Amino acid sequence: MKSKLLNEMRLTIPSKSVNESYARYAVSAFVGQLDPSVGDLGDIRTAVSEAVTNCVVHAYRDTEGKIYICAKYYDDGKVVISIRDKGCGIADVKKAMEPLYTTDTSGERGGMGFAIMESFTDKLRVRSAAGFGTSVVMTKRIKK
Amino acid sequence: MISVQAEKEKEILTLSIYGEIDHHSAKEIRCETDRQILSMRPKKVRMDLSGVSFMDSSGLGLIMGRYALTSDIGSELTVLNPTDAVARIILMAGLDKIVPMERSK
Ligand SMILES: Nc1ncnc2c1ncn2[C@@H]1O[C@H](COP(=O)(O)OP(=O)(O)OP(=O)(O)O)[C@@H](O)[C@H]1O
Ligand SMILES: [Mg+2]
Repeated sequence: MKSKLLNEMRLTIPSKSVNESYARYAVSAFVGQLDPSVGDLGDIRTAVSEAVTNCVVHAYRDTEGKIYICAKYYDDGKVVISIRDKGCGIADVKKAMEPLYTTDTSGERGGMGFAIMESFTDKLRVRSAAGFGTSVVMTKRIKK
Repeated sequence: MISVQAEKEKEILTLSIYGEIDHHSAKEIRCETDRQILSMRPKKVRMDLSGVSFMDSSGLGLIMGRYALTSDIGSELTVLNPTDAVARIILMAGLDKIVPMERSK
């Protein structure tokens, strides 16, 4: 049986670091319509924060670009969140997703973002093309 | 909003962080913690995270960076009283094996 789309939201924001908290609260306010547990909502907030921060820190690095956020929920409690950028892209996605892998050289990042997104959601799909951008799609089932 | 409170007792510097730790707030926190650590150069630094209501991987990076700094000056770093959500992320990354977690009170 196919699940039915109940609601969706879209948000386009510039890659300013001040928007990291705005993005995670906007998505969690939307998902809040499903009356999720505090734990599930916290997981979504953290996963969104990881994906959006990667757009700010890696995709657009020293430049500024747009971050495209879309969230949808379905009648079976499924939530799908997509976060896209048109930044530098990732040459080797599989490698980038390995825990502790980071291209950061400041010593202030541990390469745990994708591992956190993976563990805080039910499904994570990352697609990227070097020079064109990256798309991160996360699916989480909200328990009724 | 984020704030850092410093408390000095003998050779121990306790830095209590209040608010949400993400990439945006980490910069300001780093500035304040490092200023305190470098001016006091204590034997031990405790990062009290009991007042942290949100933390993502940028918080892990913040702890790692302070670990590097305290190691450089021969000081010891611990994390104090993280909430369950914050502890979960620290444990997931295995950061507690490098920077021990402590509970007080
Ligand atoms: N949107 C993106 N655009 C370009 N590169 C990205 C993007 N997201 C991730 N990356 C690349 O993948 C690597 C791994 O990302 P991940 O979030 O797991 O770790 P990190 O951001 O380096 O560190 P942390 O998330 O722990 O602070 C990054 O270092 C970066 O090279
Ligand atoms: Mg990251």
